[in-house]
Amino acid sequence: MTSFDPQRVRTDIPLMRRVINGRPITYLDSGASSLTPRTVIEAMDRYYENHHANVHRGVYQTANEATAIYEGAREAAARFLNATGGSEEIVFTKNATESFNLLARSWGAKFLSHGDVVLVSEMEHHANIVPWFQLRDSHGVDVRFIPVSDDYRLDLSNIDELMRGVKLVSVTGMSNVLGTINPIRELADMAHAHGALIAVDGAQSVAHLPTDLVDLDVDFMAFSAHKMLGPTGLGIFWTRAEIMEAMPPFLGGGGMIKDVSLDGYTPASGPTRFEAGTPPIAQTAGFSAAVTYIEGLGMDNIAAYEKELTGDALTRLALEFSGRVRVIGPADTLDRGGVISLDVDGVHPHDVAQVLDQFGVCVRPGHHCAKPLMRRFGLAATARASFGPYSLVSDTDVLLEALGHAVKMFG
Amino acid sequence: MANLDDLYREIILDHYRSPRNRGELAPPALRVEGFNPLCGDEIVVYVQVEDDVLADIKLTGHGCSISQSSSSLMSAAVKGKSLEQVRETITTFKQLMTVHESHLSDEGATPDEDADIRRLGELAALAGVVKFPVRIKCATLAWNTLIQALDELPAQA
Repeated sequence: MTSFDPQRVRTDIPLMRRVINGRPITYLDSGASSLTPRTVIEAMDRYYENHHANVHRGVYQTANEATAIYEGAREAAARFLNATGGSEEIVFTKNATESFNLLARSWGAKFLSHGDVVLVSEMEHHANIVPWFQLRDSHGVDVRFIPVSDDYRLDLSNIDELMRGVKLVSVTGMSNVLGTINPIRELADMAHAHGALIAVDGAQSVAHLPTDLVDLDVDFMAFSAHKMLGPTGLGIFWTRAEIMEAMPPFLGGGGMIKDVSLDGYTPASGPTRFEAGTPPIAQTAGFSAAVTYIEGLGMDNIAAYEKELTGDALTRLALEFSGRVRVIGPADTLDRGGVISLDVDGVHPHDVAQVLDQFGVCVRPGHHCAKPLMRRFGLAATARASFGPYSLVSDTDVLLEALGHAVKMFG
Repeated sequence: MANLDDLYREIILDHYRSPRNRGELAPPALRVEGFNPLCGDEIVVYVQVEDDVLADIKLTGHGCSISQSSSSLMSAAVKGKSLEQVRETITTFKQLMTVHESHLSDEGATPDEDADIRRLGELAALAGVVKFPVRIKCATLAWNTLIQALDELPAQA
């Protein structure tokens, strides 16, 4: 049984007590990073106070405890994603970006060659574009883009043509700019029908939608802990055990080997093969606590609640500014998450964000690491508000009040 | 606490809404581009130098009110000035945009700094930017682009 009360989540988050420019913080930047519940912070404190040691090395008590915490986080990740292969399919990285680099440099470099196509979309974060361009430079693969339609959705009308020669489809579960939720299962079926694999950028989606790898039937998933109430510095890479087994190591060093001699090295087996050097251990303690916390809230509850918040915000934004504030993203909540990118007529996003800051409102101005998408819509930047499970309708009240001020100020 | 009015002075908003010296200059005028990759602001500076005088300057590009007004104010401040005067103005302005303790405290500028700021005329309206360190790059974008343009001028015979 889960229970969900956003007000309660709010009281669990110490940072919610902050006062910014004389006003209580209105945190609307969960798309960039979510706020951290006390239980997550305490889990990391407990690790440092009682269990700190390097993992997979010592035989002493605390080293065993640290290893159990670290490996336990793999179990938590597998459970959270419903990865049927269990913890052996979870690799810890530094962030979702590193997960994509691992995918490109290990799997991509081994299994893709000249002329093979990687199909991404025009709404991808640079993390799911640049590693493929790098692979294009080093291995001659082609990078192709699924276009985004005028209604801010993937344009799949020409998909059979686009799929020609594709070996990997790599798309976001939910756009960090538009809020658009993509039809991952449909894309997975299509990729598999063409003999291709599919990777999903879950950085946004895992924090706001239920994620079930069995239902989605994808082959790779990348996301980060800090966007799902966990700590910074920890990314997650998932793939099926049989695919992982065939992937060569990416970063070399300690911890990822079975043997090293003067002649060469033999990599370790399983996910540790990709975890060179001392990993982020405290972060895994925090991540496990975040998974437990978010499971307690229930991903279905979070998704339903954020949909309500988003619908309310979209309706009021459309009503209150007589066209001066344009939402860059789907106009209704169908297959849409709580990321609301704003284009304010005559006011640059940086100025919008600056005025909003005066009201204690935290939004993100900029291109959101999605420059191809910005170009697609003829924008240099947007001011983006994004919700989390601790957001309230009253946050939208303050956002609208502050936006009204910005509009008036730049008249 | 840094107040929004320190940043968005009326002069700044005026130059943002009605930018001066907007447009392009044909060759042989020098054309130099400046970018702020963090926020996507872009600026193009055209300068026409005759007999060590910055005879004309035009600007295009897009960006926030601070980068746009700063470029407009800059163009008004340097147009028609000798290159030596232009360089002095640049130096004084760049000093204004340097974070000093005194700028960030409530005590305000020292008397020396006050004198410098007065010499800047309308440009002094940008003094408040320094209280918003993230925005300093916005204010200096046009200036750094102008410096680059001056550096690229062919050496005088």
